[in-house]
Amino acid sequence: MSGNYESSPSPSEVGFSLVSRRTLLAGAAAVGGAVVLAACGDDSEGSEGTSGGTETTAAGGGGDTGEVSFGSNYSDEKPKAAMQAALDATGLSVKVNTVDHNTYQEQFNTYIQQPDDVVCWFAGYRMRAFAGKGVVGDISDVWEGLGDMSDGFKNASTGLDGKQYFVPFYFYPWAIHYRRSLFEEKGYEVPTTWDDLLALCEKMKADGITPFSAANDGGWPQMGMFDMINLRTNGYDFHVSLMGGKESWTDDKVKKVFENWSTILDYYQPDVNGRTWQDAATALGNKETGMYLLGTFVTSNFDPATDPAAQEIIDDIDFFAFPEIDPAHGQDAVEAPIDGFMMAKSPKNDAGARALLGALGAAASIDAYLAVDPSSVAANSAAKTDGYSALQKKSAELVGSAKYIAQFLDRDTDPDFAAKVVGKALQDFLSDPTTIDTVLATVEEQKQTYTFE
Amino acid sequence: MSTDIAEAAPPAGRRRRFSQLSRNDKLVLLVMVGVPAFLHIVLVWIPAILTGVLSFMEWDNVTPISSAEFVGFRNYWQIFTIFDNQLFPALFNNMVLIVWLFLCSAVGIGLAYLLDKNLRGTRFYQSTYYFPVVLSVAVVGFIWKSVMFGRETGLLNMIWPGEPIDFVGDQTKIFEIQFPFLDFPLGLSRNFAALLLAMAWRHIGYIMVLYLAGLKSFDPSLREAASIDGCTEWQTFRRVVFPGLKPINVVVAVITVIEALRAYDIVAALSEPRGTEVMGTLVTNSLTGEGGGRVGIGSAYGMVLFLLCIGFIIWYVVNNFREHES
Repeated sequence: MSGNYESSPSPSEVGFSLVSRRTLLAGAAAVGGAVVLAACGDDSEGSEGTSGGTETTAAGGGGDTGEVSFGSNYSDEKPKAAMQAALDATGLSVKVNTVDHNTYQEQFNTYIQQPDDVVCWFAGYRMRAFAGKGVVGDISDVWEGLGDMSDGFKNASTGLDGKQYFVPFYFYPWAIHYRRSLFEEKGYEVPTTWDDLLALCEKMKADGITPFSAANDGGWPQMGMFDMINLRTNGYDFHVSLMGGKESWTDDKVKKVFENWSTILDYYQPDVNGRTWQDAATALGNKETGMYLLGTFVTSNFDPATDPAAQEIIDDIDFFAFPEIDPAHGQDAVEAPIDGFMMAKSPKNDAGARALLGALGAAASIDAYLAVDPSSVAANSAAKTDGYSALQKKSAELVGSAKYIAQFLDRDTDPDFAAKVVGKALQDFLSDPTTIDTVLATVEEQKQTYTFE
Repeated sequence: MSTDIAEAAPPAGRRRRFSQLSRNDKLVLLVMVGVPAFLHIVLVWIPAILTGVLSFMEWDNVTPISSAEFVGFRNYWQIFTIFDNQLFPALFNNMVLIVWLFLCSAVGIGLAYLLDKNLRGTRFYQSTYYFPVVLSVAVVGFIWKSVMFGRETGLLNMIWPGEPIDFVGDQTKIFEIQFPFLDFPLGLSRNFAALLLAMAWRHIGYIMVLYLAGLKSFDPSLREAASIDGCTEWQTFRRVVFPGLKPINVVVAVITVIEALRAYDIVAALSEPRGTEVMGTLVTNSLTGEGGGRVGIGSAYGMVLFLLCIGFIIWYVVNNFREHES
């Protein structure tokens, strides 16, 4: 736990694979006594670079660029091997510096002051915050070579000054999950509007099924619900502006979000705040509940290795995009945390770093990555999709066609503000929805103490 | 014991004592006192003072320290007025913990006294009570969270006949006190009460073992004398044993207060839901991790905790000296 608020899992931590990720919690506990990281921990002398000779360069690579250092948080065995494959595919000479991913994230503030040439990080505000502080490099020129990335990904990689600072690698989306067999059995239709959703909830309730699985242990899972209702009610621009501290939390628009939320709270599982997302997922698996808004990592709760019925559940789980609330915004925004790369402000090997970033953004490297660890969905639309499961294909479609990609509340705003102010406020709201006016007034008051980028 | 030495040494002993020490002794003394003192100053007091300095500054922990700005008492003003809905519940919870852990210590002392009577199976009871202490507090937290408290699968809810209870997340208050300087009431939330149970589970065994060690060294003839004089069991404990074990009592009191003030791990292991915040979590969360961009605020929380601790230490030291003088 090492003193952090819990945050929503990063795509690198939770994949689409069938591999159990129960170790997430245990892992967090283990870092409790984590040793202080001296700038970059264990040097894994991974790549001798040029597995195919320096001459054979991949897309964007520029001949003899020399060695590029690469700070990696792909520390687990499989992702580490996969990342190595992706780097090999770039054909550049890369010196990899792997650090345990929890430690990496915790120490990033310090690390970014003396980073490797290219570093692994997250899109959205978490990138923008460092871009705004001027500690990472502008890579707009690299983006000229990244034609296969959709606008949604480009927006998510853009700093407030309109320049790009980030190259997306892969992601997972948030959506409403359900069991296909339950919907078929009871004749439920996938709702596309808010009214449909409410009607469906009523039907489920009449059938003795709790409409929504709901968890909020750790304070982050319900941020997803807030994001989605806000994106649908007020649109992406307002959401980003609210996350950037530019809108008032006591605004009627925000109140409207909580009004809408209150109408579906009746359909929630009781006692939201104490339930872990895993327990809520189990309820969905058991068909005690009908729907569950969560990232696609929901399937990782079911482990075929320990439970023979799990595989059937995993294959049966499907998702749909959050229904439309205001026709003006439709279903144009989707929430999908993206992992990717940034460049140091002044890399030792500038040309090499840019070449590497361009190559990592190309389809060839994510293809090589997915060949080793198929649990992710590529950001690059030209990437091979034949190895994808049905859920992965659907994720790629959902996000690829989205006009806007939000990153999840704790990635879209100051992480401290997200956890300490908004997270606590949502817990207060869920504990007693009638207190919302006081709760929002407190958020607005506490927001004033933060400087947003 | 210390009085013996003081009486044995003649009034003019100061100079004589010095001359009694050989150069070697002095060197050993210097090393034995000097090294720990040096380490203590470097590792404890310098960071403490720097924390004090940082609590008057604003620094995001990303840009170089030279960019930190001096902001006077602003951080303190913010935590006491704007983040009052986090600071005061945390302070209140720490106070509740002090009271609660003292109660637990009393139970631990009671258990130790009983187990000292060489009942049959004493060792079994001892190891049972002591078992939780062997576990790290974070592990205690995880055990209680997953095994005992779970709403759907927890042991307590399986035994409980009524509606399932949300031990971890239910932040409604059991009782509330309205303080005039706050616009919201403070009180003991249900999830913190549940957490107190988990803490008691560990603390009682800890104190029991400490006290048992003290009781083993207690002079049995005093107890015999008391029973010859016709003391009841309670009187023997209250008038003879308890006062006789004063050094242990002080240790127990100190440990109890320290445990209450430094509480952190178990709350963090339960993922720190609203209602269970303590000073330890506020400090750590502001200072570490990726969100650790609020060094000033975190340091200010730290100083509040520091002042609480130092207040207790001063009280303890003053008390101790006073007794030595009399």
